[in-house]
Amino acid sequence: MTIDCASSLPVVVSNSVCTQCGCVCDDIGLVIENGRITAANNACDKGREWFLGNHEEGDEFAFVEGKPAPLTEAIDRAAQILLKARYPLIFGLSDTPCEAQRQAVALADRVGACLDTTTSISHGAFGMAFQEVGEVTCSLGEVKNRADLVFFWGTDPATTHPRHGERYSLEAKGLFTPNGRSDRFVVVVDVDETSTAKKADLFLQIKKGSDFEALWGLRALVKGLATRDDIGAQTGIPLEVLKALAERMKSCHFGILFFGPGLSASRGRHMNAEAALGLVKDLNDYTRFYAKPMTGPGNVTGADNVVCWQTGYPLGVHFGQGFPRFNPGEFTALDVLGRGEADAVMLVAIDPAEHLPVAARKFLGSVPSIHLSDNPKAEGNDRATVLFLTATYGIRAAGTVYRMDDVSLPLRPVLATKRPTDEEVLVAIERRVHALQVESGMKPSSSSKRAR
Amino acid sequence: MALLKISQVIIHDPAQNIDGVVGDLWIRDGVVIVAPSDPSEKPDRVVDARGLVAMAGGVDMHCHIAGPKVNLARKMRPEDKRLAEPVRRTLETRSGTVGSVPSTFATGYLYTGMGYTTAIDAAIPPLSARHALEEFHDTPILDKGFLILLGNNHYALRQIAAGEPGRLRDFAAWLIKSSGAFGIKLVNPGGVENWKSGLRGMNDLDTPVQHFGCTARQIIASLAQAAMDLGLPHPAHIHCNNLGVPGNFATTLATMEALEGRRAHLTHIQFHSYGGHPDDQSLFCSETARLADYFNRHKNLTTDVGQVLFGETTSMTGDGPVGYYLSKITGRKWTNSETEMEAGCGIVPITYKEKSFVHALQWAIGLEWYLMVDDPWRIAMSTDHPNGASFIAYPEIIAQLMSKNYRDEILARVHPRVAEKSRLRELDREYTINEIAIITRSAPARMLGLSHKGHLAPGADGDVTLYQPDNDRRRMFEFPRYVIKSGEVVVDNAEMRRDFAGRLLHVRPGHDTAAMPDIRKWFESFYTIQFDNYPVDEHYFDQHTVVDCRPGG
Repeated sequence: MTIDCASSLPVVVSNSVCTQCGCVCDDIGLVIENGRITAANNACDKGREWFLGNHEEGDEFAFVEGKPAPLTEAIDRAAQILLKARYPLIFGLSDTPCEAQRQAVALADRVGACLDTTTSISHGAFGMAFQEVGEVTCSLGEVKNRADLVFFWGTDPATTHPRHGERYSLEAKGLFTPNGRSDRFVVVVDVDETSTAKKADLFLQIKKGSDFEALWGLRALVKGLATRDDIGAQTGIPLEVLKALAERMKSCHFGILFFGPGLSASRGRHMNAEAALGLVKDLNDYTRFYAKPMTGPGNVTGADNVVCWQTGYPLGVHFGQGFPRFNPGEFTALDVLGRGEADAVMLVAIDPAEHLPVAARKFLGSVPSIHLSDNPKAEGNDRATVLFLTATYGIRAAGTVYRMDDVSLPLRPVLATKRPTDEEVLVAIERRVHALQVESGMKPSSSSKRAR
Repeated sequence: MALLKISQVIIHDPAQNIDGVVGDLWIRDGVVIVAPSDPSEKPDRVVDARGLVAMAGGVDMHCHIAGPKVNLARKMRPEDKRLAEPVRRTLETRSGTVGSVPSTFATGYLYTGMGYTTAIDAAIPPLSARHALEEFHDTPILDKGFLILLGNNHYALRQIAAGEPGRLRDFAAWLIKSSGAFGIKLVNPGGVENWKSGLRGMNDLDTPVQHFGCTARQIIASLAQAAMDLGLPHPAHIHCNNLGVPGNFATTLATMEALEGRRAHLTHIQFHSYGGHPDDQSLFCSETARLADYFNRHKNLTTDVGQVLFGETTSMTGDGPVGYYLSKITGRKWTNSETEMEAGCGIVPITYKEKSFVHALQWAIGLEWYLMVDDPWRIAMSTDHPNGASFIAYPEIIAQLMSKNYRDEILARVHPRVAEKSRLRELDREYTINEIAIITRSAPARMLGLSHKGHLAPGADGDVTLYQPDNDRRRMFEFPRYVIKSGEVVVDNAEMRRDFAGRLLHVRPGHDTAAMPDIRKWFESFYTIQFDNYPVDEHYFDQHTVVDCRPGG
C-alpha cells in the first residue's frame, strides 16, 4: 500500500518489515503524517533511526557523467558500457529486494559479467564451510519454541541484532519454553565481555584467534575423546570448563549455536565455521542441536538465495563463458577489484564506503561505472559514469526480503516515489542490451562467449 | 500463435483409447480444438509431423524443483555441477547449471527439452511458499504447482488429537489458500515431529506422537478424509513412515490399511517396499509382490515409483530423520533444516552403485513396481527427483520398461544377490508405447485431477510432444523433435527456440471463517512472523490457473 502523501491525517501501517538487521522484524507499526514517517512502533533504535531518517527525494534521478539526463539516455549509456566491457563486474545486491536481485543476475547473464554480492565480504566464510560439511539448522521459531541451551559465539546480537533475544532466542516464550528466559541456559563465547555477554548465564572469555582450537577440543570432548592438556592455556578456557560444557551440550533437549564474525571472520575463518558446524552435527548423535550464522543487515540472505537458484552457486559467479562458473577468490569482488581486473563496474544498492577497503574503492574511480543507489551521498556516486537514484526499498519500493533463517517476507511501501525502482532500472538496461545485441546481428539460438 | 496444425502425426492418446492412429491435431490459442469445419480457415503454422509420434506433454507429479530445501542442496553442492554440461546462454534463453539439482532456468529448459510440460513440487513448508513461488517465476515454460507439508503441522496434530475433523478441514483449506498450494502432503506423519522433539528410531502407526497424543494412523486417516471432504483434485499425497528402513513394507501395508478405503496417493513407493530387519543387512529383500498384490486389489490407491538409477545424486526430503540416517551411512555432508510449527528437512549427497547390494536391490524394486501393478493408470513414473535419480533419467527408465533384454543386461552387471532377493528376472512384461504414455502423462494428470492435461482431446491444454520413433527408446524419449507448450512451439526441430513463463496451478477450497479466530490465536502464540504477513499476496501467483475443488464429488 502506498500512502497518499497529500493526506495530513496520520495513518498507521501495521506489520511493516524492517531490513536493518538479519532479524527482519515484521511487526513494525509505521505512522505516516504529511508524507513522512513520524513513528515506528515496536522498532529497535536501529530500526527507528532508519524509518524516521531522511528519505526525501529530489526531482532528478538519472545522471550521466554527473549531469542530469533523461532516463532513456542513462539506460542506453549503461547498456553501452556493459556491452563494451571485456570484464564487467556487477556487485552489491544486499540492500534491494529479491525482485531486483533477480534482474541483476539476468543482466549479468546477458552481458557475461562477473557477479558478486556482499556475502563474499561478510558471511562468505560460512558459505565455504557449509559447502564442506553441510549444516544442521532451523528457522528462528524453532529456537523460540524449543531451545533450552543457546550459544552466542563471536557475535553480539544485543548490539547488532537488537530484538533477536526478545523475538527468538532469549526472552521469547514458546510452546516448550513457556517461561522464556528462565527456560534457557545462555552461553556467550567472545574475546570481550560484550553487551550480550552481560545477559548470559555463562560467559567464556576466549583468547583471540583460538576459536578453532576450542571448537575442535569440544568436538573431542563430546565424543569422549582426549583433547590437549594445554587447551586451557591455548584458549583461555580451562579444560574442566570445556568438559562441563560438552556435557551440558549433550544433555540439553534443544541446543542452538549462533555464531558471528568473531568466529567466521577471525583467524581460521572458514575452518572455524566448519569446526562449529561439525561440532553441531556431532551433537545430533546425542540430542538435537542446531547452528545458525548471524548474518548482517539488508537482504543478504535474499541475495544468497536468488543468486543460488538462478546459477547454482551463492556468490562469486562469472558468466563470461556463457554459463555460470563459481570460484571464490577469483570471481569475488574484493579480489577482482584488488587485482584491477574489471574494466567496468556496476554497483547495485551498496555504499562502497561501508563494504570495501580503500584500494578497491580507489580502483572503482578508474573504470566506467554504473551506480544504482537510493542515497545521493553514497561514496562514489558523484564520480559514477551513470548514476540512477532509485526508490528506497521497504519505504518507497515493494518487494521480497529474506530473514537470516531463509524465511521470506513481503515489503510494502508506505510512501510514494518519483524514482524508478532498482528492478525497473535493471530490466530497462537488460532490455536495451538485448535490443543492441539484436541490432548487432546476434542470432536467437547463438550462445555468445565473452573474450577474457 | 493463434492457430497451429500438426499434420499427419501418429497419435498416442490413451485417455481417448487412441493407440498409434495417424491424424491431425489442431491447437487454437493454446487449447486443443476439433479440426475447423471451414476449409478456408488457414492455420498460422503447420508442423509437418509425418512419421512422428505425438503424445500430450509429460506430467511429473512428484519432484523437488523449488523452495528452501532444493536451494540449500544447490548451495551445498558446487562440486555436483562441475562435471555436468552446463546450460549455455543464448539471445533468448538464460544460462544455468545442471548436476543432480539444476538451477531454476535450467530446470525449466531440461524438462521442456525432454517433452515434459507440467511438474508438481511435492514438499513445500507453507512458511516457505513465497520462496517456492519466487523460484517458480524463474522456472520457465513449465506449468507448476506444489504440495504443502501437513503431516507434522502442530495445529493439524492438535485437531486430530482432539477429534475435530471440521477444524482440521478448515485449517487445511485456509493453509492451502494462504500458500497458493495445489494439495496436501504427509511426510512421515508424526515421525518428523518426534524427530524434532528428540525421539529416534522406528515409528509405528499406533504409538502417540510425543506431546500431541494422536497416532500416525489417525493423522493418515484424518488428512485423507479432509482432502476428500474439501474435494481437492488430488487426494492426500503420502510419504509413509520409516522410509528406507529394512522391514518397512509392514508400515506401508499398515498405511494402506489405515486409509480404510479413502482415496490417497502413496508416493515413491520403492523406498517403502523393503523386507528384512533394520539391524541385519543380510536379510534385506524385496516385498514388492506382497504390497503390489494389496495395491492391485484396492482401487482407492494410486502410486508413483521413486525409481533408483545408478550414479551420483542428492537425497532431499522433508523427512528429517532420513537425512540423519543417510548421513550416518554415507559419512558425507549433511544439511538438516526444521521449519517452525510445520516441517523438517534433510539433504545428503548419495552415489547409487551397481555393485552395492542395497542400491541394486532398490533399483530392482522400483522396476518390480512398474511391472507388477496391473493397471498402468494407477502408477506414475517418478524418480522422486533428485532422490532416486534426476528427472533427466526418465528416458532411461522408459528404455528399461520397454525391454526385458535390456533389464537382464543390467541385472547381470549388478550385485549378484539382487537376482535372488527380487523377482525382477521372472517379470517378462514389456511396456508398450501407449503404456509409456499412460505412466508419463495420462495417469499422473488424472491422479492430480488435471482434466485439461495428459490427453489430446478438444479442450485439453495445447501441450504436445512429438517424438521421432527410434528403436533406441532412450534416444527417442530424450530428444523430442518438437515440444509445444500452450500452443507455442518451444522446441522446434530439436532446438530450444522460445522462453516464456508457465502457469501456477493451485486450488482454493472453501472454509468456514468461524475457524479463523482460533487459528489466529494459535499462530500468534508460536510463529515468529505476523499472522497478516503469512498469506502469500496474490501477485506472487503471477500467471495462474485455479483448479476446481469438488466437495462431495
